[in-house]
Amino acid sequence: MSVVTSRAPQDTRGTWKTYLSLSVALLLSAFPLYWMFVIATSTDAALGKYPPVLIPSDQFMVNLREVFTLQNVYFAASLINSVIVATVVTASTLFFCSLAGFAFAKLRFKGRNPLMFVVILTLTVPNQLGVVALYILMGKLQWNGTLIAVIAPGLVSAFGVFYMRQFIDHAVPGELVEASRIDGASTMRVYWSIVLPAIRPALAVLGLLTFVATWNEFQWPLITLGGTEYPTSMVALSDLASGNFVIYRRVLAGAFVATVPLLLLLVLGGRQIVRGIMEGAVK
Amino acid sequence: MSLTQLRPAPPSPQRPTASAGKATLWWHRFDTRTVPYLLIAPFFVLFAIFGLFPLIFNAVVSLRHWRLDDADKTGWAGAENYSRLLTDADFWNALFNTFGIFILSTVPQLVLALLIANLLNHRLRGTTFWRVAVLLPYVTPVAASTLLFAMFFQTDSGMANWFLSLVGFGEENPLNWRAEKWSSWIAIATMVNWKWIGYNALLYLSAMQAIPRDVYEAAAVDGAGPQRQLWQITVPMIQPVVIFTVVLSTIGGLQLFNEPMLFDENPALANGGSDHQWQTIAQLIYQVGWRDYNLGYAAAMSWALFLIILVVAAINALLTRRFGGGR
Repeated sequence: MSVVTSRAPQDTRGTWKTYLSLSVALLLSAFPLYWMFVIATSTDAALGKYPPVLIPSDQFMVNLREVFTLQNVYFAASLINSVIVATVVTASTLFFCSLAGFAFAKLRFKGRNPLMFVVILTLTVPNQLGVVALYILMGKLQWNGTLIAVIAPGLVSAFGVFYMRQFIDHAVPGELVEASRIDGASTMRVYWSIVLPAIRPALAVLGLLTFVATWNEFQWPLITLGGTEYPTSMVALSDLASGNFVIYRRVLAGAFVATVPLLLLLVLGGRQIVRGIMEGAVK
Repeated sequence: MSLTQLRPAPPSPQRPTASAGKATLWWHRFDTRTVPYLLIAPFFVLFAIFGLFPLIFNAVVSLRHWRLDDADKTGWAGAENYSRLLTDADFWNALFNTFGIFILSTVPQLVLALLIANLLNHRLRGTTFWRVAVLLPYVTPVAASTLLFAMFFQTDSGMANWFLSLVGFGEENPLNWRAEKWSSWIAIATMVNWKWIGYNALLYLSAMQAIPRDVYEAAAVDGAGPQRQLWQITVPMIQPVVIFTVVLSTIGGLQLFNEPMLFDENPALANGGSDHQWQTIAQLIYQVGWRDYNLGYAAAMSWALFLIILVVAAINALLTRRFGGGR
């Protein structure tokens, strides 16, 4: 009755049905982004129309100017803040996670395995639940309302350490490390001249995933930066949408601008992001 | 043989003095015994300060009076915050909403992710293109997409109602998505599903590609078609990843904050609807803590939510194991 397939699905060619279904999925993924752009380019009059407009108009610059000049939203500053936060967090995560991953993968020291187990365990801790105490802690440090409050908790991640350890374990031959140590290279020398060149692909993957995640963070930045002059772009968007009367073309022009950097990253580094997510899953 | 057991190289002929030898010895010991700990220290120090400490200190705060607007109102509260929780209608309402939205978003999300992963698990033209394409929602900032969906679900000029009218629903009385629990839950679940289906699909795809090919060859003898192949071979084979995603979306889903926040017509209030129709616990914690300034009570809610997440994640993992392995 049913077709006999002797092959694994991954060896079977996609049929037109496969492509059609995937195209529908693509359409559903992409349409909201397209429509965001449509709204960002429209006038209020066009947006009041029914049925809804589906074609972009020419008001993008007008809407954009309104967003950037709006009082108490600090949109331009927020974009710069987001770039600063995401860049610092990404750079620091790459540095600390590759160092720790190197130690866990290639160095021998007492308690290595139990400590690695602790790292994996911390992956499951829902740290969002500590926000109240984190806010109090940041208050004692006088960091609330500053970018440091958003940067500091993100400087290193358990996922990053774990991911780097896995990668270095495979990518860096143990004999090479031992040989260069016998030649008298110090640990940091080994890290610098053997490990770092070998893990560039993994750095790209972890860097992209970290940047995207940091850029998109909302809850903690809202708590610590909300109502200040130093919002991240996500917090500024929420300010843009707050109030008694929301002007959607403005809100979505802002949303579109805050989305573009990530779309660019996806276009340029999509392959790496896919790889990072898929490799993170198997292990 | 282990590096730490290596004796330091004998002093080189160029520098034969005893003091140089001692220094090298000391340096070698430091480099092999201490440096590894220095390399992993940043993670543990930062996690202790910004991850573990807040979680524990949260328990202390939850047992105290702690107000943002009144520094004098302090001192031990005992179990007061917790007993208040038990009779707080807002809390139970938020718990109900959280679970409602959680079920509406998790179940379709994971099923659709399986179907998409199954589509991607073919030999395709443009493999990378399709995989990247399903990640569009994942990289879109949740604040940006939620604000868009907030407009999508508008009553008068929203696109959702336009689609409904095309198939003959609500042409006379367009649906007010924000008015009722069920409709606002569906709207929010739609946003969550949109964002996470593609991501989960890639997790499943990754596991699917690790299934040994002979498993399929053996099953083909029984004449399993593609559909039966999916549900009877592929899904049971990737069960560990399914459990992983169920646990992951339980942890994420029960802390849902961004979507319900920004779906509000005035997000700053954190009301979750005029009558709290869709206010989630994470949103209520924010409202109690930073709108009502009662950090002690917000901390108690956080701990309650933490326990709930632990229990539900464990139950879900068990259920998935039984459900997936039984067939």
